Amino acid sequence: MKQAYAWSAIAAIVLASTTGDVLLSRAMKQVGDVGALFRESGLWTVLGRVLRNPNFLLGVLAMTTAFYSLLFGLSWGDVSLIAPASASLTFVTNAVAAKIFLHERVDHRRWMAAVLVAGGVVLLAA
Amino acid sequence: MTFRKYLVLAGVTLCASIGDSLLSRGMKQIGSISLNHLSDLILAVRNPSVALGILLLLGFFASYMTALSWADLTYVLPATSLGYVLLTLIAKFYLHEAVTTSRWIGILLISAGVGFVTQGPALTHHPPKAPADKSEYEPASARDQL
Repeated sequence: MKQAYAWSAIAAIVLASTTGDVLLSRAMKQVGDVGALFRESGLWTVLGRVLRNPNFLLGVLAMTTAFYSLLFGLSWGDVSLIAPASASLTFVTNAVAAKIFLHERVDHRRWMAAVLVAGGVVLLAA
Repeated sequence: MTFRKYLVLAGVTLCASIGDSLLSRGMKQIGSISLNHLSDLILAVRNPSVALGILLLLGFFASYMTALSWADLTYVLPATSLGYVLLTLIAKFYLHEAVTTSRWIGILLISAGVGFVTQGPALTHHPPKAPADKSEYEPASARDQL
């Protein structure tokens, strides 16, 4: 039963953090290179642009959901199960979501990395 | 990719794994939280390990956002997945959880995946769409001179 709780927490983390990652990545691409922007216009311009971006705010909301699901999960199971298992699944769902929603070029190198990391994380959770 | 950008990726990796470990230690000290006492989850931040863990995760968030501003999501995630290797090492040596042979093989696979992705380009370049109005793509200074 404890395992069932842990895996429902993992499912909630994966769904929320994939949504969050895609929204945050889109927001930061809209903001542009933070390092260059910081050197040109300073910290307040960077913070203002990031904090006023609607995708950023929605992304943070999704990440907050994922974070509290993680806190739940960690109180029920080992950190070396919950953290890698949710992260590995998030990694795979993120590769698919980034290709569909962010139009990233996910080439053979990146799929290979996805498979290796996901496989590695499954072994970590075993 | 510059040295400074690799430093940002290292910041993502270190803050995430150390932060997660501190959260785990703190939540173990607090014990299981019942669905009937959800307020305990909010009060969990009073535990020092949880509070420090949250601080480190804020550091993670800042460096993660910085990385996402100049690299693809499908680059940043695998490139920073060495954190799970670090997490396992922390779990073994600090939290005293068991690390079996299959977990060591998992560490090898993740490291290989990181090697694969970091050899490729960090950002997808989208070709600009055909401009409907050419003046939109001229620098502001050029327009001002007209």
